Amino acid sequence: MLQLVLFAMVIVVGTGGELCVGRAMKETGELERLHPGDAASLIWRALRSQWLWIGITMMALAFFSLLALLSFEKVSFVVPVTALSYLVGALGGIFFLGERVERQRWIGIGLVCFGVTLVLMGK
Amino acid sequence: MPSRPHLKTYILIAIMIVAGPTGNLLIAKGMRQAGALRFWPPGQLLHDFLRVFGSLTIWIGIASLLTFIVANMLALSLADYSFVQPAAALGYGVVAVLAYLVLHESVSPLRWLGIGVICFGVAFVRNTNPNTTESSS
Repeated sequence: MLQLVLFAMVIVVGTGGELCVGRAMKETGELERLHPGDAASLIWRALRSQWLWIGITMMALAFFSLLALLSFEKVSFVVPVTALSYLVGALGGIFFLGERVERQRWIGIGLVCFGVTLVLMGK
Repeated sequence: MPSRPHLKTYILIAIMIVAGPTGNLLIAKGMRQAGALRFWPPGQLLHDFLRVFGSLTIWIGIASLLTFIVANMLALSLADYSFVQPAAALGYGVVAVLAYLVLHESVSPLRWLGIGVICFGVAFVRNTNPNTTESSS
């Protein structure tokens, strides 16, 4: 039961946090050049977004859940299972970020979920 | 017509693929050295957390994951979340290889197959339009 709760924390809360960070970055703007100064400037501006802080808080909760999971499960089992977040992420991308997820991307996501199932069966 | 992702998007995703699994691996190694967490009583949990955060391996792992997070943020400024997230899944293969080589964990053939399918799915996602929303800048 504890294992299930921790996996749910990692997948749902962690993905929700990443989506919030994604929203913050979309609102902040694009990285113009791959230069440390530009990157730092963009991150600095993103720090003013409330979405970033909501996202970081949710990701921190997911991170501590991941720590707990890794203390009693194998890393090669835990990490691939968290790939279920692709489904949550795609839905969040559509409804929260306004992304258009085309059929080919859904096929890719479906394959990822199938791969996760194989990983679970291979435990 | 799908637009092509910038070279910098690929570079940032490559950093994510390396830094994320490395961080996970180091944290797993540090947690294994520290032993299983005990959730009760609360004082015991606090004691265990202090023991975990006294590990250098854990801190290097955290630094690696922070690198992953920064690269992820920058990549998200350039491409869709639903593009960046699956593309970074190539890291799962890196995790399995590192877990096998460094932690000497056994990885079953079925799990290898699953990881292969995940990578195949990523290849599908890679051929889609990387940015379907407009930045506010």
